[in-house]
Amino acid sequence: MEVQITINGTTHTSEVEPRTLLVHHIRDDLGLTGTNVGCDTSSCGACTIHIDGQSAKSCTLLAVQANGADLTTIEGMASGDGLHPMQQAFMENHGLQCGYCTPGMVMAATSFLNENADPSEAEVREGLEGNLCRCTGYHNIVKSVLDCASKGA
Amino acid sequence: MIPAAFDYQVAESADHAIALLGEHGDESKLLAGGHSLVPMMKFRLATPTMVIDVGRLDDLRYIRAENGHVAIGALTRHHELENSDVLADACPMLKHVASLVGDPSVRHRGTLGGTLAHSDPASDLPAAVLALGGTLVAQGPSGTREIAANEFFTGYFESVLAPDEMLTEIRVPSGTGGWNYQKFNRRAQDWAIVGVGVADGGKGVSLVNMGSVPLRATAVEEALAGGASAADAAALAAEGTEPPTDLNADADYRGHLARTLVLRALTEAGVS
Ligand SMILES: Cc1cc2nc3c(=O)[nH]c(=O)nc-3n(C[C@H](O)[C@H](O)[C@H](O)COP(=O)(O)OP(=O)(O)OC[C@H]3O[C@@H](n4cnc5c(N)ncnc54)[C@H](O)[C@@H]3O)c2cc1C
Ligand code: FES
Ligand code: FES
Repeated sequence: MEVQITINGTTHTSEVEPRTLLVHHIRDDLGLTGTNVGCDTSSCGACTIHIDGQSAKSCTLLAVQANGADLTTIEGMASGDGLHPMQQAFMENHGLQCGYCTPGMVMAATSFLNENADPSEAEVREGLEGNLCRCTGYHNIVKSVLDCASKGA
Repeated sequence: MIPAAFDYQVAESADHAIALLGEHGDESKLLAGGHSLVPMMKFRLATPTMVIDVGRLDDLRYIRAENGHVAIGALTRHHELENSDVLADACPMLKHVASLVGDPSVRHRGTLGGTLAHSDPASDLPAAVLALGGTLVAQGPSGTREIAANEFFTGYFESVLAPDEMLTEIRVPSGTGGWNYQKFNRRAQDWAIVGVGVADGGKGVSLVNMGSVPLRATAVEEALAGGASAADAAALAAEGTEPPTDLNADADYRGHLARTLVLRALTEAGVS
């Protein structure tokens, strides 16, 4: 089936099998490998992207479900050489260790701040409950998100 | 994990979806948010050969206060429920329970109709609709029918919906009488090991994960109606149930949780 999906501002028209998972379409067909696959069972959030501005787990969606949608992946966050404020906050606060969960964390955290611009620490922890960090670096991840929020970015 | 191959069609309307279900029969499945169906297809626990996408039927995404009840379109997402001002006024319990489902990314996609039709005894929103005494509206080839929530669930992942029927609307009575929802789990994002819903000052009490379907705790409801104290009524919470044993809990422990959580929920709901 032909799908037209806009990712990071570029519209891609491709032929996909209906059973193609969105994350595979993004990584394998379109070559955007910043979005990771962790658990492949909807639990870890490594595959989190934005669909029409809201976080979603791309391992739990079919590419055909995103036909016509506007997606953002981690590759679309920085502008030129300038990191997105959330990426900057992760860098400054040591919000990543191995980095595997980081693309998903950044996408979930930015979606969360869109909905709650001035969260408490507890709200950040709940807002990120769908994202697991195998390095268990949660303390600094939460710190990064709070830092980003406090800068109003 | 990749689902088995299937054909895919986008439904342009509820009528279209029902016609497609009729045409393709038992081998077809509706796809709403896909947050139960896609995982099951990845595990190949579900292998439909025709997937009918109703996820784009935006006219079935609404939350409206009507005469004595709130009418909610079946394609309304959990995220919309948890942020609804209409529900804040007319049915705060449903709004609250929606906010406890999975995680924010799951709530951005999953729908109320999907979670009800899926009929998973471990789900939160079906138990809330059950405690509230809600009504489900199903549309089929010969029109629509109303189904009381307590007649809807028939077995593990099974409901009274016919293969060519689709849920279009869910109605819950308006009211802010004492309510509470207890979701007991051990890790963030997990499903309830046991959950309890209390609505309307104890007139409706429901149990999550205490059997093959979302259950009404009828023994508790009857005891309360007969004037029993919350503590005496809660002691009956596991009566007549056959809770599952799994990695999280055995049946006895689930019974204990049900009694403890019913008392907690009744107390929080102001029932003494
Ligand atoms: C990681 C994760 C965590 C979760 N945690 C929880 C939790 O804690 N509590 C909880 O309650 N749920 C949880 N869920 C499930 C979530 O609530 C699902 O969104 C919901 O169960 C199904 O809704 P859906 O719209 O995604 O349905 P789909 O997956 O699209 O469909 C589910 C089933 O219902 C049928 N169907 C869908 N819509 C209709 C309709 N309108 N009429 C008739 N049949 C229909 C489909 O054919 C399918 O059989 C979780 C899901 C995930 C992935
Ligand atoms: S890979 Fe999608 S949630 Fe883990
Ligand atoms: S930084 Fe390693 S998984 Fe989170």
